[in-house]
Amino acid sequence: MEVATAPATANTTQPIMNITGSEVVIRSLLAEGASTVFGYPGGAIMPIYDALYDFNDQLQHILVRHEQGAIHAAQGFARTSGKTGVVFATSGPGATNLVTGLADAMIDSTPVVCITGQVFAHLLGTDAFQETDVINITAPVTKWNYQVTDASEISEVIAKAFYIAGSGRPGPVLVDITKNAQVQKIDFAGHTPCKHIRSYRPKPQVRSEFVEAAAKLINEAERPYILFGQGVILGNAEAEFKAFVEKSGIPAAWTLLGLSALPTNHPLNVGMLGMHGNYGPNVLTNECDVLIAIGMRFDDRVTGRLDKYAKQAKIIHLDIDPAEIDKNVKATVPVWGDCKETLPLLTNLVAQKQHTAWVQRFRDMAEEEHKVVIQDECNPQSGEMTMGEVINLLNKLTNGNAVIVTDVGQHQMVACRYATFNQSRSNVTSGGLGTMGFALPAAIGAKYGAPNRPVVAVIGDGGFQMTIQELGTIMQFGADVKIIILNNNFLGMVRQWQELFLEKRYSFVDITSPDFVQVAKGYYIDGQRITDRSNLETGLQTMLNHKGSYLLEVMVAKENNVFPMVPQGCGVAEIRLK
Amino acid sequence: MKQSFAQAFMYSPNSGSASIKEEYTITVYTENHIGLLTRISIIFSRRKINIESLNTSPSEIPGIHRFNIVIHETEDVVKKLVRQIEKQVEVLKAYYNTNDEIIWQEMALYKVPTSEIAAKAKVERLLRQYGARAVVIRNDYTVFETTGHREETDQLIEVLAPFGLIEFVRSARVAIIKASAGFHEKLREFEQAEPGEEVIENEYLDKQQEVFSM
Repeated sequence: MEVATAPATANTTQPIMNITGSEVVIRSLLAEGASTVFGYPGGAIMPIYDALYDFNDQLQHILVRHEQGAIHAAQGFARTSGKTGVVFATSGPGATNLVTGLADAMIDSTPVVCITGQVFAHLLGTDAFQETDVINITAPVTKWNYQVTDASEISEVIAKAFYIAGSGRPGPVLVDITKNAQVQKIDFAGHTPCKHIRSYRPKPQVRSEFVEAAAKLINEAERPYILFGQGVILGNAEAEFKAFVEKSGIPAAWTLLGLSALPTNHPLNVGMLGMHGNYGPNVLTNECDVLIAIGMRFDDRVTGRLDKYAKQAKIIHLDIDPAEIDKNVKATVPVWGDCKETLPLLTNLVAQKQHTAWVQRFRDMAEEEHKVVIQDECNPQSGEMTMGEVINLLNKLTNGNAVIVTDVGQHQMVACRYATFNQSRSNVTSGGLGTMGFALPAAIGAKYGAPNRPVVAVIGDGGFQMTIQELGTIMQFGADVKIIILNNNFLGMVRQWQELFLEKRYSFVDITSPDFVQVAKGYYIDGQRITDRSNLETGLQTMLNHKGSYLLEVMVAKENNVFPMVPQGCGVAEIRLK
Repeated sequence: MKQSFAQAFMYSPNSGSASIKEEYTITVYTENHIGLLTRISIIFSRRKINIESLNTSPSEIPGIHRFNIVIHETEDVVKKLVRQIEKQVEVLKAYYNTNDEIIWQEMALYKVPTSEIAAKAKVERLLRQYGARAVVIRNDYTVFETTGHREETDQLIEVLAPFGLIEFVRSARVAIIKASAGFHEKLREFEQAEPGEEVIENEYLDKQQEVFSM
């Protein structure tokens, strides 16, 4: 796959006389360093597609099969590349199809810029063909949005869109451009990227008194404990974070989206937090004396019941978004700011330490978890195949170097629990919104964002059928995405809840699937189904060695449950191993 | 692992903090931006919080708008709401205050038949007692205006109702913060340092007939 990685263009482009607003859109995107656009044409965005026709060699366009696929692909692109993903969609249904992806990008802080076409400005509010009030529909799920009705606004608004999407706590931005503005001719003065908006402060000012107070708490702590989230990755602060962890000697656990910010095999990486996280990280949350939360937002899936969450601990919360401080868990010491700036300040002030006995507590509990849960899940010797063993073999064959993209449900929890990662930006999943159907399009985008890395999508049989049409995108553009379907013939996570809490009343979780291998073949994508353990490793190896995309369907046990589990309404210390 | 349905799904809020709901006035300084009113109001509606009163108008500095929003909530909730409001890109600053910390007024207009008033009520006394003034006096009706707190404007409705109140309207609360030393100066300096952008409105709505479109 050949991917044009656009050179970082000069800050301003040259003035050009008498060009259309659409051409200004394309030229502005190029000036912002955009290299790839995921999109789908339609009536109200036709002028922009017409302009794109002349720039196809500079701006690669991936034609998806549904606009939801476009935005998830842009999210995957952003997550692996660290750049802002770009989406084109038309008005009306094209734009409304973006809403799920916008909500997903909003809650997971993913930088995406969506350009939507809109009916002519004079038709706004007339119920024109394919008119919908996109600005108001998307207001709650965008960091910022704006409707352009005049071509003279385009360049400046696109500059603002990129600045807002990518700065501070990143998020999705939508720019709606009426058709008259797209066809209108203007003299284009050149594109200047935005560096400042007077009403917008992307990063709060770092206050050294709080950094000092935090360091004091850490230095006095006997059982300090670090929780890290995606903020470390979004702030490009992996190195600063690692330095902090290593100097302070504090055990560190990750949220679902913080995964891969610290290598899995790092001695102080103690595992995953939350409902299906690891045993020690959950239980010991309620035994630490100082909790240091870095770039995470205390989601309910992490904290369980709040009145039973870390009540004994003093809380230090580092976050770039002031609205996150005290939102769910009250901070003893808030450290506002970009963790790329605050972590080195903190590292400077903390004492070099080793918390040997304390870290050993995590290891002991990990051993217990291994005996009760992990051993059977990842290395079963008999019986049906498990999701864990597939991930375990995948680790072995990829050496932890792959980007792993997951969908939502049991397979997601299993993959995130057991996948090993050596480098950051390797885990792409829908965390906050829990969007089934995310993985396939996100994996396509992830590949364009990291063309030199192997990308493996791990998807359940339910989620795969939600965006199965994106196989067509792979077929047409050749994204080298390896697809593993962990098929248990159930909507497994809901079934698990029904088993545990609803007396096995399996209400509509029994989902039948097409012959996925045949479906893939229909899209000219190779694949095979694995029904027997003895073929699993060779099957995975075949998939990884295959030139181009490949689909591997693995038939796993129908009624396995993901454990450990913090049942809803319980405290983290009430985590159950079985 | 067996759990009852209730245990699994219900969250029992025993932790309930002792905070009490009271009236808070939220003051927001913003850019003049189309769509910002929606962005601010959905912060409340998303949480199913009723806005008791909302006033938005240009501040004393051109280009900067000021919102006054009144809600009935606990301080903890209000604090979080204000942070969410301040997070909006076009919001310059947001504050919250209790009623003790502000001076506030609402304005009310009352339309009453002139004949009734002239015949039955001692207009002089009414005006003096309620600090009202007559804005318009015509043969058919008179419009009174008064400003004050909610209880005061409500009282005058009761007094005027027997005389055939025709129409009544009340404004949102406008409030000024007792401890707002230097607000005006800061705003002026802010605007001078970096003037706001002009609002671009839809210039094409009245040009339907002139444009070919499909």
